[in-house]
Amino acid sequence: MYAYDQYDQAMVDARVAEFRDQCERRLAGKLSEDQFKPLRLMNGLYLQLHAYMLRVAIPYGTLNGGQMRVLADIAEKYDRGYGHFTTRQNIQYNWIKLEDAADILADLAKVEMHAIQTSGNCIRNISSDHFAGAAADEVADPRPYAELLRQWSSFHPEFSYLPRKFKICVIASENDRAAMRLHDIGIRIVERDGELGAQFYVGGGMGRTPMIAPLIRDFVPLDQLVTYSEACLRVYNRYGRRDNKYKARIKILVHELGAEEYTRQVEEEFAHLLDQGVEPPLAELERIKGYFRDPDMPDAGQEADRSDPDFAVWLDHNTHAHKMPGYVSAIVSLKPVGGIPGDATAAQMRVLADLAERYSFDELRIMHTQNVVLPHVRKADLYALWQALNEAGMGTPNADLMGDIIACPGLDYCSLANARSIPIAQRISQRFAANGKEAALGELKLKISGCINACGHHHAGHIGILGVDRKGTENYQLLLGGSEAEDTSLAKITGPGFDELGIVDAVETAADVYLRERTEGERFLDTYRRIGMAPFKEALYD
Amino acid sequence: MTEQVPLRLREDEACMEPAVTLEAFGGQTNAVAVRIEPGEDTRELLPHLDRLRRIDIAFPAFTDGRGYSAARILREAGFTGELRAVGDVLVDQIAYMRRCGFDAFDPDASLDPDDVEAALNRFPQVYQSAADARTPIWSLRHQ
Amino acid sequence: MKLITGNDLKTGAVTWWTGDGWSIHIEDAADAGDEAEAIATREEAARRVNVPYVIEAEAGPDGAPRPAHIKERVRALGPTVRVDLTLKPDDPTAAQKVI
Repeated sequence: MYAYDQYDQAMVDARVAEFRDQCERRLAGKLSEDQFKPLRLMNGLYLQLHAYMLRVAIPYGTLNGGQMRVLADIAEKYDRGYGHFTTRQNIQYNWIKLEDAADILADLAKVEMHAIQTSGNCIRNISSDHFAGAAADEVADPRPYAELLRQWSSFHPEFSYLPRKFKICVIASENDRAAMRLHDIGIRIVERDGELGAQFYVGGGMGRTPMIAPLIRDFVPLDQLVTYSEACLRVYNRYGRRDNKYKARIKILVHELGAEEYTRQVEEEFAHLLDQGVEPPLAELERIKGYFRDPDMPDAGQEADRSDPDFAVWLDHNTHAHKMPGYVSAIVSLKPVGGIPGDATAAQMRVLADLAERYSFDELRIMHTQNVVLPHVRKADLYALWQALNEAGMGTPNADLMGDIIACPGLDYCSLANARSIPIAQRISQRFAANGKEAALGELKLKISGCINACGHHHAGHIGILGVDRKGTENYQLLLGGSEAEDTSLAKITGPGFDELGIVDAVETAADVYLRERTEGERFLDTYRRIGMAPFKEALYD
Repeated sequence: MTEQVPLRLREDEACMEPAVTLEAFGGQTNAVAVRIEPGEDTRELLPHLDRLRRIDIAFPAFTDGRGYSAARILREAGFTGELRAVGDVLVDQIAYMRRCGFDAFDPDASLDPDDVEAALNRFPQVYQSAADARTPIWSLRHQ
Repeated sequence: MKLITGNDLKTGAVTWWTGDGWSIHIEDAADAGDEAEAIATREEAARRVNVPYVIEAEAGPDGAPRPAHIKERVRALGPTVRVDLTLKPDDPTAAQKVI
């Protein structure tokens, strides 16, 4: 994985000093909250319901054991012993004091981590495929391109006061595991006639106006990646709406101009920028690629021993095909039955650090589904790994099943939320563990948001739940038919909402319709697409 | 708006002519200073840059970042006159403004010169090529 | 009744106006009545508390003020899914009372 050189380190250290100074000026009363807010946000510091919240960047979701250990230390030293992994592959801490914020950033900088641009109207942490560099189905490891763009977007002088936040995702497979087309810019590395290049999808997103990004360029040569990105951003910075916060994302600009006109403007700007020398040389991309070479993975030639039936279940659900024979990627569930999706204690983080060092070439990945991946595990080591995960409460065999719920922090933590998300996730995972239907249902992606901002990706759930405020009480709308995979689609609302207990029953009712109607080999989503909304509505409301 | 320019990072003598609006500039061909508002297209000025001595770019609110693009576009087109950031210009944004080509600042609330100095020197290097002369890190790595 | 609340500038902790200062316990909160907006504005200028604002509440069954909106009741307690981290870690019904 990438390692800082003297330049990267100096930049992060300077940022810590800058933020320390800004915090001191705020605490001394020299900065108003209005002036301070954009500055603290660009260092990941929010003010949430109960305290300040710090979001730490995990670039493209990749980190090593030493970094995970520092995340554990921070949880204990400055927070309350745990952290929350997010749908953007980051971690956030819920109980931070402003007085400690700069010290935390300094601790992070010692292990080449930071919170730069994890909030604010700027280019955010760049996300990627959690199986990058390990998956059998990709044309290249997408992370070097993400790292190139990470550096380009860090402290970008022109694009730090955009109309709204800006999220970029880079993948390199036809199979989309990162919700690529639901980003402001989704980049897919592709191969054409033996050459690698980048497809650019621009103007996707969730939030109150969900949109699937259209393809605006089918092939950007690798030595024009930065320039093309710069053109996309400049058109947005100049013409994105600033009159209405809710219409300020690039998806609205692309939608209002039309993809064709937006593309025309980008191409014009791109033609101009090509002469401006903004593109790093290919040697820089090669330098970065050097950090992402495959570890030496000799084929151990052994299959996992499936004689323990519980282990066999975990193997079937929580491992993913690796490009090297004898290896798999293992999914560590942070979704124990009845647990808080994405939360991990400091002790669990240390276990993950140890396991990464012992079994996965010192690498970990954070998934957008709020789980963790050990990307390169020898099949022969899987049984020992599984036992260790079970001991730490992270061996639940539920990847992509009903219990693997994405949930935003909701009204328990978030100042924007209208309803609680976590208790709904807890009840649903308990219900389906108790009634035994989880296994029968197979792949079923349930996603819960506590408000219309859609941090819990409810638009993209096979089943989505949206919490709303109905006259001061929590109410939950049910949505069906979304997907954030390569067959991206947006879920539709079934009808009137439900209360806290009613929504759990409603999810079970929808699941039962699927179990009744499905044909051989169909997932929930496939059945929904075939039979449509009507049978579900009938079961839910008649 | 003050008469004095509180902060200039250029050696030449300040052009103190009043700036005309972009609209007025269209009909008033002898103006040497013009003021660009956030919603206006800076590129309308490009055919006339050789006779402009100063361009003011307005920041009604520091959170409105359109002026950064406007400044860079002018520098990319070869404008060498004074580029002045006017309005809600705060010390925490000034380094980015400098990188986009601004070399004069006329803030609503005066800036402490020491704070400005510190802000401009905060980051030892830069990651991108922009409108200033700084060499990006990617270039330093491959010299 | 009208309460004034915000988050402490240094710690971020939820805090309630007591009539002559701030407390993290809503039990200490005072009804600021018609003065509420003026006090909130004055306190904002003092920059000890982040964005103080006025909320509606009524006297609860245990005598402590009960905010009208669920969001403020969650703020007054802490996360309902981690009662161990709230101000009432020993009250197993604390989360239920918020709803």
